[in-house]
Amino acid sequence: MNVIAESNSLTLDKSPVHAGETDPPIDDSGHLLLHHHFDDMSQQRECNTLMMWCFLVTEIMMFGGLFCAYAVYRWSYPHAFAIGSHHIKWFMGSVNTGVLLVSSLTMAMAVHSAALRNKKRLVMYLAATLVLGWCFIGVKGVEWTQDYYEGLAPGVNWNYYDTTVHPDHAKDVAELAKEGVSPNAVKMFMIFYFFMTGLHGFHMLVGIILVTILLIMAIKGRFTEGNDQPVEISGLYWHLIDIIWIFLFPLLYLVSGIKGSGPLW
Amino acid sequence: MNTAAIEAEVDHVPQTASIEELEFEPRHHYLNNGYGWKSWLFTVDHKRIAILYMVSITIFFFLGGLAALMMRLNLMTPYSQFIKPETYNRMFTMHGIVMVFFFLVPSIPATLGNFVLPMMLGAKDLAFPKINLLSWYLYIIGGIIALYALTMGGVDTGWTFYEPYSSMYSNGYVVLAILGIFLAGFSSILTGLNFIVTTHKMRAPGLTWFRMPIFVWSMYATSVIQVLGTPVLAITLVLVAAERILHVGIFDPKLGGDPILFQHMFWFYSHPAVYIMVLPGMAVISELVTCFARKPIFGYKMVCFSSIAIAVISFLVWGHHLFTSGQSPYAGILFSALSFCVAIPSAIKVFNWTATLYKGSIRLDAPMLYTLGFIGLFVVGGLTGVYLAAIAIDVHLTDTYFVIAHFHYIMVGASVSAFLGGIHYWWPKMTGKLYPEAWARVAAMLLFIGFNLTFFPQFILGYQGMPRRYAMYAPEFQTLNIFSTAGATILALGYLLPFFYLLWSLKKGKPAGPNPWGATGLEWQTTSPPPTFNFDVVPIVRVGPYAYNPAADELEDKRIEFEEAKKKYEENRDRLEAEAEGHNGNGNGNGYGNGNGGENDHSDRAGFHKG
Repeated sequence: MNVIAESNSLTLDKSPVHAGETDPPIDDSGHLLLHHHFDDMSQQRECNTLMMWCFLVTEIMMFGGLFCAYAVYRWSYPHAFAIGSHHIKWFMGSVNTGVLLVSSLTMAMAVHSAALRNKKRLVMYLAATLVLGWCFIGVKGVEWTQDYYEGLAPGVNWNYYDTTVHPDHAKDVAELAKEGVSPNAVKMFMIFYFFMTGLHGFHMLVGIILVTILLIMAIKGRFTEGNDQPVEISGLYWHLIDIIWIFLFPLLYLVSGIKGSGPLW
Repeated sequence: MNTAAIEAEVDHVPQTASIEELEFEPRHHYLNNGYGWKSWLFTVDHKRIAILYMVSITIFFFLGGLAALMMRLNLMTPYSQFIKPETYNRMFTMHGIVMVFFFLVPSIPATLGNFVLPMMLGAKDLAFPKINLLSWYLYIIGGIIALYALTMGGVDTGWTFYEPYSSMYSNGYVVLAILGIFLAGFSSILTGLNFIVTTHKMRAPGLTWFRMPIFVWSMYATSVIQVLGTPVLAITLVLVAAERILHVGIFDPKLGGDPILFQHMFWFYSHPAVYIMVLPGMAVISELVTCFARKPIFGYKMVCFSSIAIAVISFLVWGHHLFTSGQSPYAGILFSALSFCVAIPSAIKVFNWTATLYKGSIRLDAPMLYTLGFIGLFVVGGLTGVYLAAIAIDVHLTDTYFVIAHFHYIMVGASVSAFLGGIHYWWPKMTGKLYPEAWARVAAMLLFIGFNLTFFPQFILGYQGMPRRYAMYAPEFQTLNIFSTAGATILALGYLLPFFYLLWSLKKGKPAGPNPWGATGLEWQTTSPPPTFNFDVVPIVRVGPYAYNPAADELEDKRIEFEEAKKKYEENRDRLEAEAEGHNGNGNGNGYGNGNGGENDHSDRAGFHKG
């Protein structure tokens, strides 16, 4: 530790970091690892990790607001929410759940490979994560497109219960009337469906950009020469998106049971 | 690490370098470390970012103040003769949005906090300097968007964006204003995250949690609120924007939504946000009151914990904004009781500041005047808050000028007093210059008098039933409104005055020296303005904060007196000797005399002039 020499460097007009006996920490290719304002590597690592965890808290609060609003309206319109959840495609939701869970596994393996400085595996797992991330977005896109053409997109194309546009939906209209549910209440469910999955999808895109950058840097070997932390904290972010989906999936897709099998409650 | 620490302790030279030392070589500090616009706009130095924030916040403050002035002028007569009622609505919205989101929330944390917090912790910078800069850019972009929305057509919803008016009926750039606030919110989150991580991980050797100044504790509590509350506001406002753009019902009752839910979600952030605005004020006051009473703070740990308690309880009281909105009466009772609870930690602070004053050797410099003003105004604002937390009284006073007066006592009276007090207190540290003390005292007094004249009449107006947010009012309220407007002019003077003399002091102010107040914080252990990495030697903390000692002060005063007398004596002696020797002794070159001479030299080197 060269606290004194280092901090004196400015006034003594020596070159900033290299003053003193100990060399600054560098990775195998000579990249400087320690930022100027940290004392040592452990401080830097702890700061980065803590920052990411705190950031994840803000994410949870943000989604928390949505979950809270969802809960209020689910309580107000339980039947409408059940009907609404029958409109969305549980099969694609389930596939996506599987995709995301596997992507979390590959991400965890990537973090592990980075820690073991295994570049080949790191690149492989990051690439797998990336592919799975795009899979999720793709399935989601197909699902949203279908919803759109069925007239289930509030504010954009909402005419599911308009029998002049969709004559084949007469049965659904009759079901609404039987349950005494207003189409507006079903619309409310669909708003939450699009808003929650949309916000989640946006986070997925951010995660995909993040993993892409990681992948490029991993190919250059930046994480297997002494600094694997970016992989680790990006992994935390990836897992959080995954966990949020784990809550979204049952709330949106399974809330009334799969159609035909009867309600779960 | 340990050997270095011990070495540092052994070699521990007093870091309060004397002015003479500074004169000999032009010293590097954060202000002369680069002069171009790039060195400011791409800086990652927390001190420079604090200055960036300070400049931008000042601009927003005067814009928000301008809107307030328009309102006050309009309220001189009961018939809205100065501006049209629609314009009036846009003015109070602009005033609210600018003052809350672009002035008060970032005011103390992003300027004073940014500048002082890392130094108080003995760190070289915040943990994430680039994120710190990013937060400033988000703030500026958000501010420009919001200003565009507010001036090019305006928004008439009030800063609260109540549903369903804001999403369905309001005629104005609501979505743009929301976007601006959304970005500013992220800026605030990033500042909070940075402070939390820095406080946890970047403390100097020996700086344990209970050796940290109260400033850091309060700033930490503020950051926790920012981090937990702001995301909820963000998502709520995005829902409002979605409802407005897509015409779908989320909060609109006509489409099956629940407007009360909006109020719940909005106040879940916006009530804690009140504490985002006042906790930093309390942080500043705790530093000032100890320094100018020359005493350690009374009940240090209680003051620390009271900050945390305020942060926790602040999240449990939002329902007191909904007493008359149709919230369940049982919820109302609970929220009322919880709102009373928040008075406890607030009162602890006030009592402890007062107890700190007791038997202190009080110096009534300008920062202390602001401090005393803060305590008085905060007590009035806080106690009227307790009235409003009582449901029965609130039903009578809701949406009247009583509420306006109450929260202006807290947010303007208290918080802005603290902000200005803090600016004056740390001004010598930030700029290396002393501000003109007499002017500063006048400004502090003007602020206190002007503020009370403006807002005390509003308590009476509100109690008599004058509703808020109307451009017109019943003629019997006119006298008090004229009082209020007159007070606002004095208040405006109290705000403008520091702006001018502080700017003046940049050029002409006397050099401050490292520690003009004789304060104990780590930030005073380094030179002023501080070097880019804050400390020439990493400080090691061995005692708690506020180790003030009036007896030592007296000794120090005596020493300075003695030194000055000695210097005078020696100068006289040298002069007499030189005269006695006639004009022969010129070549002898007495270096001592050279070192001391030349006031001009001195101000040139320590100041803003390029060396």
